[in-house]
Amino acid sequence: MLVLVLDSATPAVTAAVVEVGEPGVGDPGVVVRAGRSAVDARAHGELLAPQVDSVLREIGARPRDLAAIVAGLGPGPFTGLRVGLVTAAGMGQALDIPTYGVCSLDALGWSAARVNGPGRAAPGKVLAATDARRREIYWAVYADRVRVTEPQVGRPVDVAAAVARMGVLSAIGEGAHKYAAVLPLALLDEPRYPTAEALAALAAERVRAGRPGERLTPLYLRRPDAVAAAGRKPVLQA
Amino acid sequence: MADEPLVLGIETSCDETGVGVVRGHTLLADALASSVDEHARFGGVVPEVASRAHLEAIVPTMRRALDEAGVTLADVDAIAVTAGPGLAGALLVGVAAAKGYAVAAEKPIYGVNHLAAHVAVDRLEHGPLPEPAIALLVSGGHSSLLLVDDLAGGVQPLGATIDDAAGEAFDKVARLLGLPFPGGPPIDRAAREGEPDAIGFPRGLTAPKDLAAHRFDFSFSGLKTAVARWVEARERAGEPVPVPDVAASFQEAVCDVLTAKAIDACRAHGIGTLVIGGGVAANSRLRALAEDRCAKHGITVRVPRPKLCTDNGAMVAALGSHLVAAGVAPSRLDLPADSAMPLTVVSV
Ligand SMILES: [Zn+2]
Repeated sequence: MLVLVLDSATPAVTAAVVEVGEPGVGDPGVVVRAGRSAVDARAHGELLAPQVDSVLREIGARPRDLAAIVAGLGPGPFTGLRVGLVTAAGMGQALDIPTYGVCSLDALGWSAARVNGPGRAAPGKVLAATDARRREIYWAVYADRVRVTEPQVGRPVDVAAAVARMGVLSAIGEGAHKYAAVLPLALLDEPRYPTAEALAALAAERVRAGRPGERLTPLYLRRPDAVAAAGRKPVLQA
Repeated sequence: MADEPLVLGIETSCDETGVGVVRGHTLLADALASSVDEHARFGGVVPEVASRAHLEAIVPTMRRALDEAGVTLADVDAIAVTAGPGLAGALLVGVAAAKGYAVAAEKPIYGVNHLAAHVAVDRLEHGPLPEPAIALLVSGGHSSLLLVDDLAGGVQPLGATIDDAAGEAFDKVARLLGLPFPGGPPIDRAAREGEPDAIGFPRGLTAPKDLAAHRFDFSFSGLKTAVARWVEARERAGEPVPVPDVAASFQEAVCDVLTAKAIDACRAHGIGTLVIGGGVAANSRLRALAEDRCAKHGITVRVPRPKLCTDNGAMVAALGSHLVAAGVAPSRLDLPADSAMPLTVVSV
């Protein structure tokens, strides 16, 4: 089954066409047929649709050949995150195919377990972190691919204290790299951003089972900056 | 006619999520979801709240528009979307959605100018627009006088507000008077019980010295301050504030300047058609005064029904169908949302 995978929760904007087949032993049964990823936090809106068009063309597929769409739900900076989700939702509606959401941090957690395999980096609990701007990170902790904390947003120094208490030894993701000086953890070099393979693998069971499509609700984790207009201020008394 | 272009339009530049469907000059559907209630307690539109609401509303609004029009995405000839001007994050939701629909349905996309769409929507109500025409666009976000030579090719700005937009002045004065947000409708209602000449509020940029540099520009900030000063003086004196009279006199000051300058623009350019659009065009006094004054000068005034004056998807579809019919090339898939899109650009 051909599945379109989109993620715009980080400075990287990613589109890929993935073949989702039957899983083998130690193999999630997903193969990336064509993928594009570009790092430019300011241009998600410009980059994503051409990427979708180009991955489909690369493998000679039409949009109607897609069986499902998988999208990273964040957490991520709001404006960029919405680009991927609304593109996925619109395409899903236009093609009448299901859309499935995956927490973008889970994709990093999944990848950490992969690179953490025998003879690689430290096993055990891993911190996945992305840049939340305003000197904060979005983060969650994984134990062998299973998320053991809720996705959260916080200051790196507070996250460092929290993960120390949890016995986390290593970290993955751009947020961990950016604040490496504050987070005393072994860094996994790659991937820095959620990969299409990981996102597809995390949704593969739902895709294969033909589960009902899901509404793609972003993980904002922050309230909107909305300052209530003050009551009437006397204009004359400056 | 079935061979006229069938175009779908998406609008998300402020707090209204609109999807419209138009065939040629015929309106087939105009579905709208508004987040205005979510902004009311802030006394103005909160951009992030608007963006979040657009993301939630776009799919159901699209479904309603397609159902109402009795068409599918496969049937449409093109998808048009507001590319600017407007709130950056809000525009981006609509543009990204439109691209998703366009890529999936393999349709051309047109990123269009919101202000030109406010002019184009009148085609749905009154048929093809005589060109050239003068357009007066007044809303919470914009107050502009435009010379429309060729709606498909370019619109020439003649003047604009130098401070507050006309609709913003309505919102601020409504707040002064303890009326709800948005301020246009409650002021219009209150004004019906009041005297428009009860209080002589100032007419911005109408003095001879201002006209030299700002003949077609507007200013509403001084008016707002004058209303505030008048109301406060009353309150300090312990006297009741005659809300209907203040509303009527304020509204008269706004509508007087808007219509006088619009007619001056028509006469200066020898143009016999005035189109009025934007949310403030729903104001009953503006409509009446424009009709009255234009009739005296032999100018035809065209104001679409109130629902088409406020932001909606039909106006975007109306402009899109005009562009398709005129043979204008579609936009590229990497078209940006441009919060400061210039008026001279009708489609990107
Ligand atoms: Zn508008």
